[in-house]
Amino acid sequence: MKFVDEYRNADQAHALSAKIAALCEPGRHYKFMEVCGGHTHTIYKHGLEDYLPESVELVHGPGCPVCVIPMGRVDDAMHLAANPDVIMTSFGDMMRVPGSQGSFFDAKAAGTDIRMVYSPLDSLKIARKNPGKRVVFMAIGFETTAPSTAMTVLRAAAEGLENFSVFCNHVTIVPAIKAILDSPDLRLDGFLGPGHVSTVIGCRPYEFIARDYGKPVVVAGFEPLDILQSIYMLMLQLAEGRTAVENQYTRVVPWDGNIVALKAIGQTMELRPYFEWRGLGFISHSALRLRAEYARFDAELLFDVPGVRVADPKACQCGEVLKGVLKPWECKVFGTACTPETPIGTCMVSPEGACAAYYNFGRLSRQRVKEVSRS
Amino acid sequence: MTPAGQIGQRTASGEDGGEAGQDRRASEDHSAGWVAEALRAHDELTAQAAAVPNPHDGRTKGSPQPLPGTVREEQVLERIDRARRSRPRVKEQRITMSHGAGGKATRTLVEAVFLDAFRNPLLEPLEDAAQLHVNGSRMALTTDSYVVSPLFFPGGNIGDLAVNGTVNDLAVAGAVPLYLTAGFIIEEGFPVDDLRRIVAAMRDAATAAGVQVVTGDTKVVEKGKADGCYINTAGVGVIEHRRTLGVAQARPGDVVIVSGPIGDHGITIMLARGELEIEADVTSDTAPLHGLVAGLLAATPGVRAMRDATRGGVATILNEVATDAGVCVVVREDDIPVRPEVRGAAELLGIDPMYVACEGRLVAVVDGAQADSALAAMRAHPLGASAAVIGQIADDPAGIVLLKTAFGGTRIVDLLVGDPLPRIC
Repeated sequence: MKFVDEYRNADQAHALSAKIAALCEPGRHYKFMEVCGGHTHTIYKHGLEDYLPESVELVHGPGCPVCVIPMGRVDDAMHLAANPDVIMTSFGDMMRVPGSQGSFFDAKAAGTDIRMVYSPLDSLKIARKNPGKRVVFMAIGFETTAPSTAMTVLRAAAEGLENFSVFCNHVTIVPAIKAILDSPDLRLDGFLGPGHVSTVIGCRPYEFIARDYGKPVVVAGFEPLDILQSIYMLMLQLAEGRTAVENQYTRVVPWDGNIVALKAIGQTMELRPYFEWRGLGFISHSALRLRAEYARFDAELLFDVPGVRVADPKACQCGEVLKGVLKPWECKVFGTACTPETPIGTCMVSPEGACAAYYNFGRLSRQRVKEVSRS
Repeated sequence: MTPAGQIGQRTASGEDGGEAGQDRRASEDHSAGWVAEALRAHDELTAQAAAVPNPHDGRTKGSPQPLPGTVREEQVLERIDRARRSRPRVKEQRITMSHGAGGKATRTLVEAVFLDAFRNPLLEPLEDAAQLHVNGSRMALTTDSYVVSPLFFPGGNIGDLAVNGTVNDLAVAGAVPLYLTAGFIIEEGFPVDDLRRIVAAMRDAATAAGVQVVTGDTKVVEKGKADGCYINTAGVGVIEHRRTLGVAQARPGDVVIVSGPIGDHGITIMLARGELEIEADVTSDTAPLHGLVAGLLAATPGVRAMRDATRGGVATILNEVATDAGVCVVVREDDIPVRPEVRGAAELLGIDPMYVACEGRLVAVVDGAQADSALAAMRAHPLGASAAVIGQIADDPAGIVLLKTAFGGTRIVDLLVGDPLPRIC
């Protein structure tokens, strides 16, 4: 298939793999964080770790939209949805995220009107079709999805639609990366930058990582060769003693981002003073809410939202997994109490979550894979 | 009412990343009951694991050195294996869409509720059709309900599906399909013309498959209590050979064959719903497989098992083989036939074609020595023209499906969780 197969070419992968191995300094261990859950998914889905030398370790980062939604926000959304006038709409990924009283799926089975949509514009359609109902869109995601929420709010405003609102949970990636860099329990050698987020924000926002923290960043695409090439680019920077922000995903990511998308976000949304991330705690200026001019579309203002903080179950170690401190399988309940069917933590929910990716695709030690591959 | 709620006792600072997790003001008492239950089950497992000496644990007592990472990973994986082998339990209070998706939740529901209540040796293999012995002859009996939405789609409608699906369940059990029943649950207000079109399609499909619809039932429910029309069909067939077929028969050295490109039906239905604004030139693969099966069985004494790849797709069948036969199934992504249109649509939607339903494709496990003759027999039939060997059966690691990716890596293929496409058939 065009535009896909050329980025999954095994011969080129072998060539890159050899180049990466050649750059490894003997005795040195390399730890790179792939910030984005999309990368985590690709790495496991294609078995990419088979191409990496043992001294190169990939650490999974916090860039999985549903993984970082704290329990309290899920509970707030369930509270909203329980209102008999409300039709709650949400992306499919969100449906199985556990709150303290179960997930959207459970609430749906119990009779709450919760519908899955593929785009926030679908929520607008539902709102137009159901003038007697109040349609709420559960907005989640990083800067990647924020523009589509922004455009939807602008559309609703232009149409004068009065029964549509947004429960805004959009978060921004840079403060989360900073929190990880400031966290004392992790030593990283560099970052694979989030490709999709960067199509919107560009590459400049990562410059502080290279400048202030001395870590290389390579903004990476989502096909397996993209990721291998990006790892090679990181290794090359380290070998040459450089630290810079580089863009591997040039076919999609402009250095300055997408100005139109950024304008739409800026027009409709503003930074919250702080926001809770699951497992990472409160991070200042790390999330978006609707501006006062669009308050009539802000579900948090239109409805009574409890806004109570709910701690994760004690056994859940999503925070450590999201920060890359623990490997998924090192979590106490991984694969036993917490599975994709009955996730306790969010990392086990989304296909982009590190735990779900590892459980579904990688649940086999590398040693055994090597034995089988040889046979 | 205020953004971020009344939670601001904590200082909001970028520096406290990770610390807030320590706040245990509200912990388990806020969790739904099943979390507590899952954790209890976890503790039980951990206790069991502690009671059994660990083969990896070569340490002498009293010297608790940290285990090397790989050994520890192996231990975790063994613990998970144990958890997966434990008795299935339905943890949910209510049925969710996942219970109908053909993946893990469906399997759990069937085993924990239906099999638990009806348990008998004929039901226990959970094959597509039960094998009955009646006066010295072997019969196969099966039933299936059809709730596909939309009712009409490119390549067919719920009528052909209801006949072909049941014919195929009999065929892959190695039976010659003979008679069908047809039960209709119709919503008040449903157009009679539509019903006629559905029934005409059933008649044509029955003729093509050489079966007769010999008894039936009609129920009408109030408007809003059903979505147009649902159909149930049951079928009986006669098993004329003496072979034992079943996924548990698979053994190392066997090959896995699919009869044609996978995923056409599921992708067709998904696009036919018109919710995605994606168009592709795909039609449902709904077709009766009895002729293809007859050719394969005649040419290949070493057929171990056949399954039609409906809900849950080829991946689900491969997992059933791995689990029920206690073997490892190794498949090569490059060898799995998928139409470019289907692959493209699946790629866009983030779906793996391995999990997408087919309604006219079967997966066969065949003695490796007879792979060529099996393949030739299938390719000689129009429905098997692009049949392909997609993998082999190995002995270790048992219970696992491994995929050698086109990219050159290796990963596992698990049962599907959740439901990307409800009401596909």
